[in-house]
Amino acid sequence: MRETKYWTWFMAAGLLILALLGLHMVVMHLGSLTHLFAAHPDQPSVAQANSQARDASLFFTLSYVVLLGAGLFHGLYGLRVVVFELSLKPAAEKALSALLLVVGLGLFGLGTYAAFAAHGRAAGASPAVASVAGASLAGRS
Amino acid sequence: MWENVAEVREVAFHVTRFTPERDVKPRVQTFQVPVRAGMTVLEGLHYIKENLDSSLVWRYSCRMGVCGSCGMLLNGRPGLACNTQIFDIAGTDLTVGPLPNFDVVRDLIPDLVPMFSKHAGLRPHVVREDAADQDDPAGEYFQTPAQLEEFLQFTYCIKCACCMAACPTLATDAGYLGPMPLAQVQRYNVDTRDGGRGERLAAAGAAHGVFRCHYAGECSRVCPKGVDPAKAIQHLKRQLVLDYLHLARRQKPCAKQHGPGKGTRDPQIPASPPRTIGA
Ligand code: HEM
Ligand code: SF4
Ligand code: SF4
Ligand code: FES
Repeated sequence: MRETKYWTWFMAAGLLILALLGLHMVVMHLGSLTHLFAAHPDQPSVAQANSQARDASLFFTLSYVVLLGAGLFHGLYGLRVVVFELSLKPAAEKALSALLLVVGLGLFGLGTYAAFAAHGRAAGASPAVASVAGASLAGRS
Repeated sequence: MWENVAEVREVAFHVTRFTPERDVKPRVQTFQVPVRAGMTVLEGLHYIKENLDSSLVWRYSCRMGVCGSCGMLLNGRPGLACNTQIFDIAGTDLTVGPLPNFDVVRDLIPDLVPMFSKHAGLRPHVVREDAADQDDPAGEYFQTPAQLEEFLQFTYCIKCACCMAACPTLATDAGYLGPMPLAQVQRYNVDTRDGGRGERLAAAGAAHGVFRCHYAGECSRVCPKGVDPAKAIQHLKRQLVLDYLHLARRQKPCAKQHGPGKGTRDPQIPASPPRTIGA
């Protein structure tokens, strides 16, 4: 049952990555075409002002955190799969699972902290930016 | 392709020889074999044994693709020696080796015990709650042709191990259950007479079970009987995930229809002869 649980969430994480990474690509890398979620359409999507505006929005902050979690789980589980196929001893399998869990949780904690710190800064430092971002979200999504 | 049936052409058989008790590593021995159209690899090996080197050993029995004994690596691809015609796969050279992913007993004979142990551990038979009835069934279990169709193709498996030899996961993970045993899990799990689904799924979903399959599909490509183990494995993943999400439709094993002699026979069908044992 445990492997089924992992694999089910692994697949779900793959779908989440597909959706959120898709969003990321459309917003950041096709920004000059789409101008989606660009609070300052006159500036490039990846310009600091636009980036800060997205940081100020709770939606984007959460989407980063979810993407991070999905990416970490998907990638680390995938790594576990690959390494498990090298015929490890059960004790080594257990140790590897524990190590990956610690690494995953650590990186997730760090990334989540960074995302919320940026969110707090952007939202706090410039309420105007936040409200522009909010308006942009409401208006364009 | 070979219109001149009488034509005989020499084909060089590059055969892997290995006696584990004596040799450090396998070596390849080459034999010139006169081949005529229609001749199988098995016949070629017989020619070598009778005329060139009687010490060559391999496993075979039925010589007609039924017993599953003669799986070998033929020009790098797992197949049955008895239903592979030499001219179908070779021009002037043919390599013949034992199936990979298994230890070698001698020359072309793989040690299939690990495969059969995995297979036997998955309860590859109809399981009923009532053990006494299972040992001595007192009636027929009703099954429609459509229900039979669900698992019929998996019953064609002859346990030849060609799929196991082709599987890239098994090449590194000897503990992986493998395509043949897992296809048999599916074969019995979808059999409406069976009640052993939960037990088999638990084993199939364990650490070296179905989730180690990457769906490369080589198992299904090489199967000489047209079985599709890769498909069986994806079905098993689906069953496991649906069970985990509590989305699976549960069904009880079908009931017994009637005791022996209590059914009504179609008048078109003649009566069976009297029982010779257990009468
Ligand atoms: C578009 C988003 C993605 C989708 C839809 C997706 C889907 C999948 C699927 C279906 C598998 C299963 C393959 C198998 O069992 O053999 C898989 C495996 C894997 N994925 Fe992803 N994936 C995505 C993104 C990623 C990303 C971003 C990473 C890296 C962080 C990643 C790393 C892996 C690894 C390491 C495996 C295991 C490979 C293996 O099993 O052989 N994937 N992915
Ligand atoms: S599934 Fe096919 S290749 Fe595999 S053991 Fe059965 S008959 Fe042989
Ligand atoms: S589909 Fe799965 S079982 Fe079949 S050869 Fe590939 S990994 Fe092995
Ligand atoms: S000898 Fe029986 S399958 Fe080839």
